[in-house]
Amino acid sequence: MTTFVLLTITGLGLAGLYFLVASGLSMIFGLMDVLNFAHGVFLTVGAYMSWWIAERLTFIGSGTLRFVVAVAFGTLVGAAVAALVELVFIRRLYGNHVGQILVTVGLALAGTALIRAIWTPDARTFPSPTWMGETTSVLGAAIPNSRFVAIGTAVALYVGLRLFLRHTRYGLVVRAGVENRPMVTALGINVTQAFTLVFAIGGIAAALGGALTGAYFGVIDPEMGGRLLIFAFIVVIIGGLGSLRGAAIAAVLVGLLQQYANFYALDFGLSGLGDLIVVLLLAVVLLVRPQGLAGKAAV
Amino acid sequence: MSDDLDTVRRDPVSDPGQQTAARSGWARAIPAIVVVAVLAALPFMSVRIPVVFSGELSSPGVLNLLALCLVFGALALTYDLLFGFTGLLSFGHALYFALGVYVTAIAVTEFGWSLLAAVGLTMVVGLIVPIVLGAISLRVGDIAFAMVTLAFAQAGHIFVMRDPLRLTGGEEGLALAYQRLPGIFVGVFNTKYVYWLALGFAVLVYVVSRWAVDSRPGRIWQAIRENEQRVEVIGLEPYGFKLASFVVSSFLAALGGVVYVLLVGGAHPGITAATFTLTLLVMVVLGGTGTLWGAVLGGVLYTYLNNRLVSLSNSATVQDLPDVLSRPLSEPLFILGALFVVLVMFFPGGIAGLRDTAVGDRLRRLLGRLVPAREGADDG
Repeated sequence: MTTFVLLTITGLGLAGLYFLVASGLSMIFGLMDVLNFAHGVFLTVGAYMSWWIAERLTFIGSGTLRFVVAVAFGTLVGAAVAALVELVFIRRLYGNHVGQILVTVGLALAGTALIRAIWTPDARTFPSPTWMGETTSVLGAAIPNSRFVAIGTAVALYVGLRLFLRHTRYGLVVRAGVENRPMVTALGINVTQAFTLVFAIGGIAAALGGALTGAYFGVIDPEMGGRLLIFAFIVVIIGGLGSLRGAAIAAVLVGLLQQYANFYALDFGLSGLGDLIVVLLLAVVLLVRPQGLAGKAAV
Repeated sequence: MSDDLDTVRRDPVSDPGQQTAARSGWARAIPAIVVVAVLAALPFMSVRIPVVFSGELSSPGVLNLLALCLVFGALALTYDLLFGFTGLLSFGHALYFALGVYVTAIAVTEFGWSLLAAVGLTMVVGLIVPIVLGAISLRVGDIAFAMVTLAFAQAGHIFVMRDPLRLTGGEEGLALAYQRLPGIFVGVFNTKYVYWLALGFAVLVYVVSRWAVDSRPGRIWQAIRENEQRVEVIGLEPYGFKLASFVVSSFLAALGGVVYVLLVGGAHPGITAATFTLTLLVMVVLGGTGTLWGAVLGGVLYTYLNNRLVSLSNSATVQDLPDVLSRPLSEPLFILGALFVVLVMFFPGGIAGLRDTAVGDRLRRLLGRLVPAREGADDG
């Protein structure tokens, strides 16, 4: 039972990280049909910038304050990078989806290489407050606190994004754009602003995900974005491209399944089965329900 | 999505019409034959080209690099069949190449088979796996197809890395048991044989691809790329043709894996990663999507730069630059990634597409005096 609780909460923590990355991906795809391979770079940038500023903020101690300031800084830089990518690269290739995908592929390769060049390929210890590394007992299972932080942040982001989409004018434009972009344009609404906005929001979420991944695993490295991106893609597809709710459900599904399968398959001497099962789940979902759990009509 | 592909590619092949192609078929092959003949003679040339290569052309180091260029050039061409000619954006092509590499290595090293038997097994596996996975992935289109192929390739990557069956050697990779290989493929002094093998493979892939894209199914591939719905309206079922394209390109990629494992002397998990498929995509777009020679050139150039930039960046000139410049320049992937972005944004036709620009015009006029012009070739 203890193990089960531990696996469940760890799985939910992982799901939180997946959702942070997948939410932006899903919104960007829903609105612009761009499969953003550079999203992993936003995540890595967020993690590295948080780490970088934290190293320079030692004068405010090593507690929660430094962590919060560092993550806020990393998130801001991540958002700026994302908005810049949209303005400089994606914007110039409107109407050419393959070109847009290819540009994000190039940015992903170059961005990762640049981070590797500046900070070496070695993993760095991510500074998080001591309480985050400590554990809390839930039903007898000792759970590292960073898991709760990941879950809490993801839930907060989900609620925040829902409120934004439901109750603001920009949110309305984004929702309408996902539904029928030509119509929104025809009504004289400037959708391009929404494009930049969605990229910036995606950048915030991904960078936040990067910093929390650092807190979750304790280390960051230049390839972390690419690794997480694959699972985020899987989450987005299973959830249904463009659906925030779908992404949230799929993130939980994938996170839990991965944890359970990875652990229980060890009894049979199989390692890494959870990762394989997740891929299998994706294949099954795509074949049975190509539009995903909560997606709009088949893409 | 297929409509958007128009801007990315030009197709000089399909336009001139059957007649012209037939008339000048052999004449057109002359430059290719000359290139192959020169490449085949390289192991006998003890010429030194400074800066470009580190040693004499016939030295094992240079031959090894050239063989690698040829294998990846051919591999890029197999990917171009899928992406450039059929319009199928796959993110899992690395899987089939890796299949060739790992099946051969496992059969030779773990099972103790002879090379011939191992190649036989690789061909069987390299045919069955693409048929099964292709049949599944092609049930969905466009982005979903890209994602399923990515997922399958990722499953392969995880399988190789985690190594549940204790076959693949995990992160360490798997060295080829050279004792069981034919003598001509072993040792530094025999590099020329592997080089010829790589050249032979490149020629094979080129000839098969040329034949395939000019064949009737090949024309339908290109029609599917341009407008799949229209193909359906004509009364053809695109599924079978797409599957054929998938299987042919994957099978050739698996064969490339065999050559690669002999060349490198083992399997390593790097070639199973999603990044590797992305680099194939970069190669094809760099050379020119939907052109045969462009894809090969892109693969060769990419591989060459990826290998040579490392030694160039360690040179004194680059190391003397301030850190801000020298560090990014020491990462070949940074340069190649940035170059790729510039190409996609400003020269979507790649190197092959440059022919249609002003520079290409001048070059062609220059060449036109040497080689009789092909009429109608530039209408595409």
